[in-house]
Parts: sequence; C-alpha cells; structure tokens
Amino acid sequence: MTIEQLIWLVPLLPFLGFVINGLGRKSLSKGLVGIIGSGVILASFIISVVIFFSLQGDTQKAHEVFLFDWISAGALHIPLSFLVDPLSSIMLLIITGIGFLIHLYSTSYMHDDEGFGKFFSYLNLFVFFMLLLVLGSNYIVMFIGWEGVGLCSYLLIGFWYTNSAYASAAKKAFVMNRIGDLGFLLGVFLIFNFFGSVEFSKIFPQAANMLPGDNKLVLITILLFIGACGKSAQLPLFTWLPDAMAGPTPVSALIHAATMVTAGIYMIARSSVLFDLAPLTQHIIAIVGAATALVAAIIALTQTDIKKVLAYSTVSQLGYMFLGLGVGAYTGSFFHVLTHAFFKALLFLGAGSVIHAMHHEQDMRHMGGLRSKLKTTFATMMIGTIAIAGLPPFSGFFSKDEILAHAFQSSPILWGIGVLTAFLTSFYMFRMMFLTFSGKYRGTHHAESHIHESPAAMTLPLVILAVLAAIGGAINLPHVFGGNEWLAHWLTGAGVAQHELDLSHSTEWALMGTSVVAAVIALLYAYTKYVKGAHVPVADEAPRSALAKLSYNKFYLDEIYDFIITKPLNILSKFFYRIIDNKVIDGIVNGLGWSTNEASKGLRLLQSGNVGFYLFMMVFGIIALLIYTFSYIL
Amino acid sequence: MEQLLLLIFLPLAGAIITAFAGKSAKIVSTVFSVVSLGLALFIACNFIPNASTQFEANLPWIADLGINFHAGIDGISMLVVLLTNLLIPIIILSSYKHDYKNQAAFYALILFMQTGLLLVFTALDAFLFYIGWEAALIPIYFICAFWGGKDRVRINMKFFVYTIAGSLFMLMGIIYLYLQNPAHNFEISAFYALNLDAAQQGWIFWAFFIAFAIKMPVFPFHTWQPDTYTAAPTQGTMLLSGIMLKMGIYGVIRWLLPIVPAGVQDWSCVAIGLSIIGIVYASLIAFTQKDAKRLVAYSSIGHVGLISAGIFALNQQGMQGAMVQMLSHGINVVGLFFVLDIIISRVKTNKIEELGGIAKAAPQLAITFLIIVLGTVALPGTNGFIGEFLLLMGVYNVGIWAAAIAGLTIIFGAVYMLRMYQNVMLGKTNELTITFSDIQGSEKFVLYLICALIIVLGVYPKPLLHLTEASVQHLLEQVNQKLTSVK
Amino acid sequence: MENLFTQAAGVPLNHYIYLSAIIFTIGVIGVLTRRNAIVIFMSVELMLNAVNLLLTAFSVHSNDPSGQVFVFFIMALAAAEVAVGLAIIVMVYRNTKSIDINVLNRLKW
Repeated sequence: MTIEQLIWLVPLLPFLGFVINGLGRKSLSKGLVGIIGSGVILASFIISVVIFFSLQGDTQKAHEVFLFDWISAGALHIPLSFLVDPLSSIMLLIITGIGFLIHLYSTSYMHDDEGFGKFFSYLNLFVFFMLLLVLGSNYIVMFIGWEGVGLCSYLLIGFWYTNSAYASAAKKAFVMNRIGDLGFLLGVFLIFNFFGSVEFSKIFPQAANMLPGDNKLVLITILLFIGACGKSAQLPLFTWLPDAMAGPTPVSALIHAATMVTAGIYMIARSSVLFDLAPLTQHIIAIVGAATALVAAIIALTQTDIKKVLAYSTVSQLGYMFLGLGVGAYTGSFFHVLTHAFFKALLFLGAGSVIHAMHHEQDMRHMGGLRSKLKTTFATMMIGTIAIAGLPPFSGFFSKDEILAHAFQSSPILWGIGVLTAFLTSFYMFRMMFLTFSGKYRGTHHAESHIHESPAAMTLPLVILAVLAAIGGAINLPHVFGGNEWLAHWLTGAGVAQHELDLSHSTEWALMGTSVVAAVIALLYAYTKYVKGAHVPVADEAPRSALAKLSYNKFYLDEIYDFIITKPLNILSKFFYRIIDNKVIDGIVNGLGWSTNEASKGLRLLQSGNVGFYLFMMVFGIIALLIYTFSYIL
Repeated sequence: MEQLLLLIFLPLAGAIITAFAGKSAKIVSTVFSVVSLGLALFIACNFIPNASTQFEANLPWIADLGINFHAGIDGISMLVVLLTNLLIPIIILSSYKHDYKNQAAFYALILFMQTGLLLVFTALDAFLFYIGWEAALIPIYFICAFWGGKDRVRINMKFFVYTIAGSLFMLMGIIYLYLQNPAHNFEISAFYALNLDAAQQGWIFWAFFIAFAIKMPVFPFHTWQPDTYTAAPTQGTMLLSGIMLKMGIYGVIRWLLPIVPAGVQDWSCVAIGLSIIGIVYASLIAFTQKDAKRLVAYSSIGHVGLISAGIFALNQQGMQGAMVQMLSHGINVVGLFFVLDIIISRVKTNKIEELGGIAKAAPQLAITFLIIVLGTVALPGTNGFIGEFLLLMGVYNVGIWAAAIAGLTIIFGAVYMLRMYQNVMLGKTNELTITFSDIQGSEKFVLYLICALIIVLGVYPKPLLHLTEASVQHLLEQVNQKLTSVK
Repeated sequence: MENLFTQAAGVPLNHYIYLSAIIFTIGVIGVLTRRNAIVIFMSVELMLNAVNLLLTAFSVHSNDPSGQVFVFFIMALAAAEVAVGLAIIVMVYRNTKSIDINVLNRLKW
C-alpha cells in the first residue's frame, strides 16, 4: 500500500466515527460508542504510523494526493488535496496518537455523562477537522480544518450548554477565533493575488526566489500571523483560551493544549519560507510571543482554579513557541509543540483525574494532601511538571532551551524575558503541584472519604504520556549532548527553514545553566512557601497587593475589551438602530410620504366645491394651453 | 421552447386550480410545486453549461410596439430558476402546520407569484421582464396584507409604495432605452447593442440601480425590509427574502451591467461603498436586536450587501460567488425563518431574551438550527462559505480595505448569530420553553432537506459553479468589450 | 330656397367665423358669470352650436360633407347631454330647492 492509497483513510475514519456516533448517540450503548469512538482514532493512528515509516524509507518526501476539485472560478482553482510530508506526518502522529489516548481516557471520565454519545461524536469530528488542517495541500483546505476545529471547540466548550456562562465562553472562543480567521482569509487573498495560486507547492518555490523584506510578503505574513494569533491564543486575542476551560477536561487536554491551539505554529512552520523573508513580521512575532509568554505566566501565578493555571500555562508556552518562530527557530518551536503536547496533555489529564476524584471540585484551595490517595496521578503529573519547568533530562528542557538559545542569538532581551518566564513557569507549576498534592486536605470531611484513584482507562494514558514527556526530548537531541538533531533533519524534507545556531558550546552550556538554575530557584521558593509555609491562597474577596490583584484579575483584559470594544459596538448598534435607521433614514423615507400628504392637503383646498371657480379654472387652463401651443406665432 | 413555456405557466395553472381546490389546496399546490421542481431539474439536466441561451421561446405578442414574448435560459437564469422552483415547494411544505384562513387563496397566490418570478428570471424582452417584475409583487402584497401580523396595513403600504416607486424609475429607463433603440423593440440583445454616451449611461444606471437596490435591499434603501419581514406571515417572509430579493440581484447582473457598463464603471465605487457600508451597518444593528425575525432581517441586509459588492467588483470570482451565494442565501434564510416560525408558533413570542434552553427539549431542532446558523456564518464545509469566500475574493480585487471591511461580516455574523442561538437554544429552560416539543413530520422533512442542501453544496459546489461559469464569463467579456469600444 | 342657398354661399367665410366666435364667446362668458345652472347649461349649448356653425361653414367652403356629418353627431350628443344634464338639475332642485351653483358646493374634500 502506498501513501497515496492510505492517506485518505486517516481523516475518513474519524469522520465515520463522527457519523456513527452522531446518529447512534441515543441507540448505541455507551460501551459501543466508546469502542467506536476510540477505535477509529486508533486505526487512524496505526495508519499514520505506517505512513510515517514508509515516508522515512522513501526518497520522495512530499506526496500530494488529489481528491477532487472543490472550488473553481476564473483563474482560481482549489482542489481538495492532501500533502503528506515530514511535517504533516509528525502532526498526524501527534493528533491521532494523543487523540487516541484522550479518547481512551474519556471513555472513563465521561462515563456518567448523559451526553456521552454526543461527546464522542464531537471529539471524532474534531480529530477529522484537525487532520484536514494538517493534511491540506493548500491554504484553503487548511482553512476548512482551521475553522472546523474552531467549530468543534465551540461545541465542546459549550458541551454543558445549560450553563449559560459556558455557552458564553464557547461563543467568545468562536468569535475571537473568527477575528483571526479574517486575517487568515485576507492573507490568502493576498497570496492568491500575488502568487496566482493557493497551493503550497506553487507558492513556496516562487517565494524562495524573492528578496527578503518585500512589502507584499510582509503584509501577507502579518495577516497570516493575525490568524495564528486567534487560533493559538496570543496577545491580544488570548482571553478566550482560559474561558475555554468550561469544556470537559479531556477537551481541554486535546483541543486547548495538545492540538488545536498549536495550529498557528504549524501554519507558520509550514509557511516558514514566507516568514523567513519578512524580517519585520518576525520581529513582531517574537515580541508578541515573548509578551504573551510573560503576561500569561504572571497571571498564572495567582490563579486558584487548577485548570485555569494550566490554561494560562498553555498560553504562556504558546507564547514561547511564537518567540521561537519569531527568532527563526522553526524546528525548535515545532519541537516544543511536540513536547508540549506530551506534557500538557498529561497535566490536563492528570488535573482531570484530580477533578474526577474530587467530584468536580476545581478550586485548589479545597484540595491538598492528595498525594497518598492519587499515587499514579501524582507521579505522572510530577513528571509533567518537571518537564514543563524545563529541568533536565525531561523533554521540556531540550525544546525550551533550543528556543532560548535562538532567542539569545537574536536578542538578549528576548532571551531574558524567556528565562524570566521559565522561572515563573517553574514557580506556578510547582505551586499548583504542592497546593494539590502536599500538605493537609482542606475540603469537607465527607468528600475526603470518597477520594479514590481513577480507573485504569484514565491512568494508562497518564502513564504513557508521562513516559513520552520524560523521553520525548530525545528526538531532537542537540549536538551539545552528542545528539544528531533528528527532528531538524526530518523537517528539512518538508521545506521548513533551518537556522544553525552560531553559538559556541560553552555559551550554550552557560545559557542552559542559567535557565535550569532559574527553574530550580523557583522550585525551591515554591517549596518553602507552599510546603514548608503551608501557605494557602486567600479567598476571592480578600485584599491583595496591587500586583497580585492585577495578576489575579488577569490584568483586567476582559474588562478592558468589554469597555473598548463590546460596549462601544453595542452602543453604536443601538445608535444605528434607533437614531440612524429609525429616525434618519426611515425619517427621510416617511418624510417623503408625509410631505406628499401635506402637499395634497394644501392642494385639495383648491377643490372648494364652487362650480363657478372650476369653470373659470377650466377656461383659464384652456386659454393657457392655447397660448402655450401657439406661442411661437406671437 | 415548450419546456420553458410549461415551466413558466405550470405554476399559473396550478394557481388557478388551487384557487378552486378549497380544503385540499395544500395538497394541490404541493403537487404543482413539486412537479415544477421536477420540471426545473429536468431542464437543468438537459441544459448544456455553456454561454448560449437555451430553451428559447420567442412569440409575437404586441407586434405593433415591438413587444415579444421572448424568454430563454442561460447559466445565470438556470441557477435562479432552480432556486425558485426549489424554494417554492419548501415554502409550501413549511406552512403545513399552519391553518391559514382562506387557504386556497393563500396557496394560489404563492403559485401565482412563482410564475411572476420565473418570468423575471427568464425574460429576454424588457417589457416581459417588467410585467414579471410587477406580477411578482402583487401576490406578495396580498399575502402580507391578508395574513400578516400586527400593523400590517401601514407596513405593507410602505413596502408597496417603496417598491413601486423603484419600479417606476426602471420603467422610465426601459422606455428611454426603447426610444433610443432604432429597431423599436424591447429585445435585450438590441439593448445590449445600443451605443449610449457616458451621461446617458449614468442616469440609466441610477434609474435601474434604484429599482434593484430597493428590491435587494441595499443600504440606504432598506428601511421597508425589517418591518415587512417582521409583519409578513412566515411564508411571505420566506418568499421575500429567499426569492424576491434575488430579483434585484438578478436584475443587476442581467439588465444593468451589460446595458450600461460605462455607467457601472463610473458609479461602481458608490455602489460598492453603499454595499459595504450596508454590511457593517446592518450587522451592527443585528447585534442588539431583541426580535429574532428582525435580527435575521438585518442579517439578510448584511449578506445581500456582500453579494452586491461582489457583483459590482466586476470580476469572475465576485460574480460567481454572487451566483452561489444567491442560492445559498435563499436556502439558509428560508431555513432560519422556518426555525423561527417553529419556535414562535410554539412559544408565542419572538423576543430572544424570553427564550432559552430549547436545545434540551428539542435536540433535533437544535442540531438543524445549528447547521443552518453555521451555513449563515459561512463556516467552511457549508454552502455559505463558498459564496462568501468567492465574494470576498472578488471584493479584494477592488482593494484590500474593501475586503477587510466587507470581511467584518464573518466576525459580526458569528457574533449576532451565535448570540441568537445561545439565547434561544442554550442555557436553562424556563416556563415558556419547558414544554417545547421537538420537530416532527413535515417540519423534520423540511429542516433535514435544508441541512442536507447546506452541507452538500458546501462540500461539492462544483456543479453549481460549473453551471454558471460560462455564462458569467461571457457576460463579463461582453461588458469589457463594450467598455473598450466606448473609449 | 334656391335663392337662400346662393345667398348663403355668397356670405364670405370670414363672417361665419366672426359670428361663431362671437356666439362662442357669449357662451363662455355666460358659463363663467351666471349662477343659474339652467342658464349655464344653455350657454354650453350656445358654445356647442357655435362650433356646429363653424363646422358647417367650413364643410361648405371646402366641399367636404364630413363636417356636416359631424354636426349631426354633435347634435345627437347634445341631445343626450341635455337629457342627462336636465335630469341632474331636476334632481338637484328637488333636493336643495335651488339651482344656484354657488350653493351647490358640497362636492368637495
């Protein structure tokens, strides 16, 4: 079986799962729904593995698979076709692999939910769209997936839709994504206008011959980056992601940590040829990424909801990835996507396990001392935490340091922000771990007796992910450690731009040392404060210092957006409706009618009923007509 | 030729028979509309997708004045004919749960209107076009006047006077063209061949544009529309929004662009400007609407603004996008109004805020409504995306700012549509919605059909694009050729 | 009779025109100034007959009998008009006890 013959099965299977589970959500038993839902993803994963290995043994690295003509109008031809190359093949593995683990986890986590069938059909649909996104051989097919995952995100955030706050969070996510999507679309129009095609295989070779800094390229890349900002939750569009935690926890793990939110990074890595030629955009990306990483990390410091901490951590890590993209570390960023997918999925699923054990309590102030009760969960989450904190030898260390090294090469300030963020990351992650697992239990006594470790269907994915989070760094082991940077070589086959580090080994060691030391200091500080000092975050309404208040209230970003965007638009809307539409425009229209009416009121007075007057006017009229007609004689 | 005459006059025959059918009017009219749909599909199957006019009928009518019954179908007509004949049965089916007074008259008027619409969409003689244009207005006037809601007399009067006023401008234009025509007939081909100078083209452009702009409606000629949509019975609203506003769009494509291309070129910036203002303006107004029907009415103004901007961009993408979007918008808006009709007739309120939690009580309605909403907000994979994508691409060729502002529709559309969906379907059930019953019978059939169309056309739009491609290309070539010859 | 014809033929056309213009003007002035509906009615007849006279005169002058045919038409029409008009006036009188047109001003907005 060749790649061409297999590839269409990869997205088709999850789609079939969606259809079967969607139609049979009432009639199929929960067991069957779970088996179908997870089974199709497993099958896709196996096929993806086969594809991956056959691609490895193949000399031709990029396979385009044409399915059918989708849109054609004039010079515009958009086929529905897939592109299998090293970049997309790895994404396939992540999506289907982690997707499968999370499906498996969900069979247990969602077991008591009445919307079990619906949940699995949405989840399958999400995987389908995500696969379309990474497989598309042109920007438009990518865009189908791009918006499709947005839809699934909307559906799954609002999964418990009877809670109107959740439904609002879902709407917010969709709308904010749409803001980015408009940028993406405009970028695509510009690309079509400029290159005459939207196919990757036609655009990139043309772009490769262009000079860096071309204005059109800068505009294109900025617009594409706006798209990425929406999807990957960057400043100023990140506020939807923390709210998206309203969805069930497996959804947060799959969509809002491991896969969908990394679509922006995937897209930029895919278009690295264009971005590489637009230094201005790269600067913007690096600055936005660094700012997002820092801001989100600061907010995460004071959050008390376990999922919110992880959500801001995700935003922060995504900021890291954008920082990497901005400084040209495409491979590094993609590497971080990979390792982040492992440890963040792990952390979310672990958090889910905690929440499950705590009977849907998410506030860390009511947790504590869970280590002895949730042994597996604790152990695996600890691995995830160490990985995200960037401590060697776990995966996060390698990917983070690759980004930081590139950042240092580009600008020490960016590197400084990166290290500071790493310090904060380490602090808030260990804070979360200590608050949850160590110390004394702070909830009600009744609840304590019900705490139990989750079933195997939930812990197995945790263990697998923990292993991956621990050793995942090996796939792009840098030369310093005697590695051969396998991932970088592999991605070269997909045309992802590579920039060699121009640093001496001693500088690299020094950089690594600095970030590790920062992380360790943060770990120790968290330990003294939350384990030794048994500090517990104060209640919501308790007074806080100004900085803590700013952090706890998310820099008031939601309030600011509400004030400068939502409110004015609503006022404008009412103004347009009540004043412009009803008074001005309709006033003119009705005014025309009214003035005709009034004029007729005046004119009808002429019709006095006096026959003599009528006769006089008649004769007068006839004479006037005669004069008019024969005026040329006079 | 026989097929075309049959196509046009079958609904008229149906109207006459339905008028005397009494209690069985529903069935009779359904049968006629379905047969008409079958006939339209048959014609579409035999239609060769090239630029030529097919199934042409040319019969002398009032020979002394050069008036002929001249009609024919090309790719552009074919699409709107399909739209009309597809939507009429859907509209009739959608009324099955209603028991209108005097239903024989109601259904007869719908079928009568169909003939008027088909005349508009196939006419190749300006006089015939005008007859159809007004003939389509009469039945909708009576439908709204007799079966409408609150305040219908005043609103209907406004609607009628507004549209008639527009039509008179057009009539003036037609008569002027007739007088300029050395052959003294109303043939469209003769009008195409006229050589008018820029000033003449300018004012004929406005005479026609105002008529079409009122029908569509384009900002600022739209104020009749929200009131009328709200006050009309749902089937009337569907006829107005689903099919009748396409008369305006079709008119622009068939009668405005090729006859006065220089006028269009001179004024297209104004037309595009108005359309784009309309998009943002109407979408913004939709944000805070409390009445669900009015919200959809304003959203429709926004969508039509995009179509009109795409047409005046005068390029292949914009034009074909407009063609696809005409069909998509027709399907989606009919779906939306049907869903609202189902909801309003059950809970007896159209205030968005008073609803909520219907998804819990009626999951099937929730799913179909969601699909229709997604089609309306142009999610890729639904029919709305194909149209809006091509339209925005067309508008992009005018200028990136035009596309950026017009593109706000995809953001704003999501805001107000999802807001409505959330307020109506999601959240907790309240005492109004707790007893809500899910869709059944004819409602189910119609909604499933609409959803299937939304998805199928979104995934495989090629037949549609192929149908219109040659005709649109031919039309644009004609326009460009005439433009270069004027210079 | 013969004599009369020749004499009449001897009258120049101008005279007919003057005469009918005078009669017509009298009719117009009568219509405009009088208030009695019957008198107005008679003035209208006067105007009609002025036209009849002119038609006949031109008919003889240009040797075309169709003018005189029209005169018959007009006379028939006038007769019908008188019948209807008088009937209306009679009805008006029965209802209002007056045929002064200034009193009849109720037919207005």
